[in-house]
Amino acid sequence: MSTVRSEIAAGFDVQKVREDFPVLKQTIHGMPLVYLDSAATAQKPFAVIDAIRKFHEVDCANIHRGVHELSQRSTAAYEETRSKARRFLNARVTNELIFVRGTTEGINLVASSWGRHNVKAGDEIVISAMEHHSNIVPWQMLCEEQGARLRVIPMNDRGELLLDEYQKLLNPRTRMVAVTHVSNALGTINPVKQMIEMAHQAGALALIDGAQAAPHMTVDVQALDADFYCISGHKVVGPTGIGILYGKTKLLEAMPPYQGGGDMIKAVTFEKTTYADLPYKFEAGTPNIAGGIGLGAAFDYLNHLGLDKIAAYEHELLLYGTEALQEIPGLRIIGTAREKAAVLSFVIEGIHPHDIGTVLDRQGIAVRTGHHCAQPVMDWFHVPATTRASLAFYNTAAEIDALAAGLRKVKEIFS
Amino acid sequence: MVDDLYQETILDHTKHPRNCHAMDNATRSAEGYNPLCGDKLKLFIKMDGDIVADVSFLGSGCAISTASASLMTESLKGKTREEALKLLDKFHDLLTTDSPVSKDMGKLVVFCGVRDYPARVKCATLAWHTLKSALGESPEPVTTE
Repeated sequence: MSTVRSEIAAGFDVQKVREDFPVLKQTIHGMPLVYLDSAATAQKPFAVIDAIRKFHEVDCANIHRGVHELSQRSTAAYEETRSKARRFLNARVTNELIFVRGTTEGINLVASSWGRHNVKAGDEIVISAMEHHSNIVPWQMLCEEQGARLRVIPMNDRGELLLDEYQKLLNPRTRMVAVTHVSNALGTINPVKQMIEMAHQAGALALIDGAQAAPHMTVDVQALDADFYCISGHKVVGPTGIGILYGKTKLLEAMPPYQGGGDMIKAVTFEKTTYADLPYKFEAGTPNIAGGIGLGAAFDYLNHLGLDKIAAYEHELLLYGTEALQEIPGLRIIGTAREKAAVLSFVIEGIHPHDIGTVLDRQGIAVRTGHHCAQPVMDWFHVPATTRASLAFYNTAAEIDALAAGLRKVKEIFS
Repeated sequence: MVDDLYQETILDHTKHPRNCHAMDNATRSAEGYNPLCGDKLKLFIKMDGDIVADVSFLGSGCAISTASASLMTESLKGKTREEALKLLDKFHDLLTTDSPVSKDMGKLVVFCGVRDYPARVKCATLAWHTLKSALGESPEPVTTE
């Protein structure tokens, strides 16, 4: 394993990167913090923290409505993030990027605004067996309301979607295929480009949940030909409460507003309201301005490090971590897809994940335990819950060693 | 350290839970569920008049919830309904307040360590919430949420 470790160190200066993340420099219960829960939320670099602070200290004002200097500054900074999001996702034009609270709101916006006007009784929506609850429930609600049918692409025991079965599900009644790019519970990277193409051939649209993909790989919505793509700011080292919905112009233009209020109108009388053009039609009310500005700093930060370098480093970490965990007797990794992001979800025979999580926490190691908002995934693997170590580019091989040592301690206590 | 939580008695009851079986002639039963961790528990009680004559449980859960159910069944036998409910209140106080530990709690004092682990209080109380439901007027499934 030492060779893998030195290769990791050679390609990426992780110690220098860690200096950018103040939260990592602390002890928990007397032990150095080992943060392995980045799939839940990523930690924030100084660049993001400082951008939010600067907004509140120097530029704070509402956007899109003041003629005064501060309002112009905050508007410019907020809108600059939209341009950065366009480049980050390689969208064609800036108007295709809608600010939302996060991936969940992005999906709800599409299910509600597009769904209610395009999905009728007897139509079908296709999702997959590995979706997060946020890409299940909005579609379920839509189907119930419209009398449509929700269909589910099955997976194999490695946690890979069965594309043959997916092909069989597609038919002229299919209106939308909504799948995750990367599974939060299993780490599987789905072949979304191919899946979108298959959806299009069947005459359906495709929405991709990119919450777990965006922090770990380059995303190109034009190359994917995605109709909608959603991301969350806080997973890409940005703040919580802000995210981006990408949608193709002609789809967004045909959709009615999601919420009514200020900022989304051209003119209001008591008889009639004329809605604003894209993207403002979908952005009612004062948004999370500080969050938007922080997200812009997060995009800059990730671009500065380089998503290709991040992906390569994290892949090395994943291989190292997989090997380290497999050496622990009785441990079974849940999710062993051939194309996989840096998520290590596992169970240990006879020991409940919550007990594992508590013992690890007392050693300073933060992991997620539970169903990861993906109960159908747990049901499929016949486990009530798993322990999940999710890695980011600021994690080190030494931290994986600490996890392995921590798990040996868990086994000592419960053996 | 973490040994304060996973005391020997708790580990013993986790590995060898007592009264862990279904009961054919139960007079009361209830189900409990902790959506946070997926722990499920079914409680069976045989009342003899106002006395808890026998009590057992079935379920799958973490070490804390299993040990709590096991120790609860041991401590309830022979108690009146009112005494059982009073013990529930004391148990809850033990986990959630800094008040001095009541002397008549027997082995249940081993759960004192849970105080320092707020995220785990629900694990320790699942069996007791289910007990409350089972002893109530109209038993219904309970969740700890």
